[in-house]
Amino acid sequence: MSKVEDVQIAGGSFITEDIHYNQVFTAEDFSEEHQMIAKTTEDFVEKEILSLGEEGEKLNYDLTLQVIKKAGDVGILGASLPEEYGGLGLEGIRFALMKEKLNTQSAALTMPIGGHIGIGMLPITFFGTKHQREKYLTRLQTGDITTAFALTEPQSGTDASSIKTNAYLSEDGKYYILNGSKVFITNAGFADIFIVFAKLDGKDFSTFIVERQWDGVSIGPEEDKMGLKASSTCSMTFEDVKVPVENLLGEPGKGHIFAFNVLNFGRLSVGAGCLGNTKNTIYHSAAYANERVQFGKKISSFPLIAKKLAEMNMKAYVLESMVYRTAHLFDKGLKELDFNDSNVGEKSRKAVGEYMMECSINKVFGSETLDFAVDEGLQIHGGYGYMKEYPIEGLYRDSRIKRIFEGTSEMNRMFITNTVIRKLKKGKFRALEDALARVQETFTADNQTPSHDGALSRENELLSKTKELFTYLLSYALDVFEETLEDEQEVTSNFGDIIILMFAIESAVKRTEKIIAERGEEAAQYVMKMTTVYVQEAFEDVIDFAKEIAAAMFDGDELHQQLQKITENTFFIPINTILFKREIAQKVIDSESYSM
Amino acid sequence: MNIYVIMKRTFDTEEKIVINDGVIDEDGAEFIINPYDEYAIEEAIVLRDEHGGEVTVVTVGDEDAEKELRTALAMGADKAVLIDVEDVDEELDHFSISKALTAYFSKKEYDIILGGNVAVDDGAGQVASRVAEGLGINQVTTITSLEIDGTAVNIERDVEGDVEKIETSLPLLVTCQQGLNEPRYPSLPGIMKAKKKPLDTIDLDDLDLEEEDVEAKTKTIDRFLPPEKQAGKILEGEVDEQVDELVQLLRNEAKVI
Repeated sequence: MSKVEDVQIAGGSFITEDIHYNQVFTAEDFSEEHQMIAKTTEDFVEKEILSLGEEGEKLNYDLTLQVIKKAGDVGILGASLPEEYGGLGLEGIRFALMKEKLNTQSAALTMPIGGHIGIGMLPITFFGTKHQREKYLTRLQTGDITTAFALTEPQSGTDASSIKTNAYLSEDGKYYILNGSKVFITNAGFADIFIVFAKLDGKDFSTFIVERQWDGVSIGPEEDKMGLKASSTCSMTFEDVKVPVENLLGEPGKGHIFAFNVLNFGRLSVGAGCLGNTKNTIYHSAAYANERVQFGKKISSFPLIAKKLAEMNMKAYVLESMVYRTAHLFDKGLKELDFNDSNVGEKSRKAVGEYMMECSINKVFGSETLDFAVDEGLQIHGGYGYMKEYPIEGLYRDSRIKRIFEGTSEMNRMFITNTVIRKLKKGKFRALEDALARVQETFTADNQTPSHDGALSRENELLSKTKELFTYLLSYALDVFEETLEDEQEVTSNFGDIIILMFAIESAVKRTEKIIAERGEEAAQYVMKMTTVYVQEAFEDVIDFAKEIAAAMFDGDELHQQLQKITENTFFIPINTILFKREIAQKVIDSESYSM
Repeated sequence: MNIYVIMKRTFDTEEKIVINDGVIDEDGAEFIINPYDEYAIEEAIVLRDEHGGEVTVVTVGDEDAEKELRTALAMGADKAVLIDVEDVDEELDHFSISKALTAYFSKKEYDIILGGNVAVDDGAGQVASRVAEGLGINQVTTITSLEIDGTAVNIERDVEGDVEKIETSLPLLVTCQQGLNEPRYPSLPGIMKAKKKPLDTIDLDDLDLEEEDVEAKTKTIDRFLPPEKQAGKILEGEVDEQVDELVQLLRNEAKVI
């Protein structure tokens, strides 16, 4: 029944390899079970949260705990829990789908649930001992207790390895004594247990499960945030907290590995959540545009308003293609995890860590797609969008943090490129090494990129050109900057952008090809239009990023020659995006919802 | 207790209906369990939990209806049966569906059969009543309360907003009205379990029926959408003038008085 070939795809391989649509999971491949899970999650949000009205928009611990308990009753908290522990079993697709559906409506109280099932529970699932899992996970999944992830400190945000919270073993060897402080901890106002990161003896990054009621744990006041008003965010301090030795999570000195791998999964999950939020934004914006009359006409009939809706919808399609493609990458590895295996921590680290680049891409692209959507959505609302009465005002404020938490956009862009560079240096990216060795010879306008047939031949060609251009510029950058390339943040960020766009283009093109193969070109017209427009605009961005990199590396005649070469090699005849966007917008306007 | 529910797969109530050449365009439409049938499923599960036994959900349709049957299983039903009529070329009507269901039930032991009051798509409310007639058993429609003690049954039914109290006995067919209960939505573990529950597909052959036996008694001549709502009109001037104008318009333009 699965329409996806069962092959293991290596993380980052999209940079050099071409993938067939049969190997890409798309939202059209959801099983009946996935659809039912999506429906239940949506029903839960509607019946248990949206029905609370304004009360659900405010911070209220009792109400939050009630909602979390209800989520436990429906099984939502078991989203990422192995079946052995009473959960639904670990599956990337299911997890991403639930994350999306928790965010598809304007329900602020889904935020604490997201934190609970994601970065709250996953560290114990992946890296806990049998005893720790039994002690905590079963109660976490019923919602009887709640959890929070405590990594960030006042002086340590993006630079997570600089944390100062310290732990040392007590003289009797029974406890770790914990001292330090944390900030911006989601769910801290009510959580019963905390996943706390600290340095053992001031050096070994380690992870501990800390219970709220222990002596020396104190929670600070609620932060007064810009958005996410229904979500609890506090600082906390630890003063000589006695943590029983059995509450060390995983091995000492490996805490950063846990932290970063869980954040990997968290980044995909942010992408999926942003997809839900973006669809919600499209709904509110289209509905408003149909309602608001100016100059005697609905403003949705004005092409400049329609253009915004078209662009929001098109980017949501690309994001959706990307999120489920990525979620599926995990599933082969996750299915093979045996939670009775004592080495499951290491194996899950590999299974999750393999796709860290893809996860970062989803995080950046997801949060920035949402930011684009809420910004344009608010613009469509005009002055009314600035008023709290309209949901777009809240969506706009809530969106902003998503470019910051779980790794800033800037950090993730550089991380993507640096991951490629490090893989290369370790000799773990042979295909790219080979491509780099050839590309300065082969990157010429005469040497045509592989020709493509079929409906999306032009888009496939631009995808190939993106990959070639990336490899071409990287081959010079490695020479020009040598060891200091990672310090050239503007350059690595631009390379990161090219990789993100490459993955976005490919995800959209392959999904659309699959839809064409299954439904025929006639029925696929709409998604083909979105793909065509998106690919052209993304490719134009790729060229801009590439030229800036070139200008940083070359000067004088050489720069002139290189720019000429890039221009010749990336030449294409543009399509009429204005017309296409009008057509894309019409469906969004007619249905007042995300359309495809 | 042998509890049966007859269920219909219907258009999502939020779908916009598009008609092409007299046929409703189902392309890309979302489908759901008929909301009134959800009351029936919920009530069946509650009865089972209280009195023991098994809940079987039955539908007449094609393969696509498996999704709604699976949803019923995920809500808590024990078994599902699809009477597959995909191979029947002629258009079926309420008579056809009830004929197939009657044939199915005549071979079963049942204590109670529950259905929705009406289906939200065509609003006919025919099938369940016809089945009860076909089987020759008691039936009570539009129920809002149900209590069973042994074979004695106490029912409250909605009569145009008033309540009618009825005593009857099993075996019985009831149709469920809004207010009877609050249907649960499937829990996620319920969804995971549903794929392991039996979902049998049978066809007319299995019911010893020929195509002629279910031949429709009615013929649909045409389908069309209601006329699009015209923009309203705001009357201006003094109240007396407005009243005059309104009467004028109702008489001459709308021709309702």
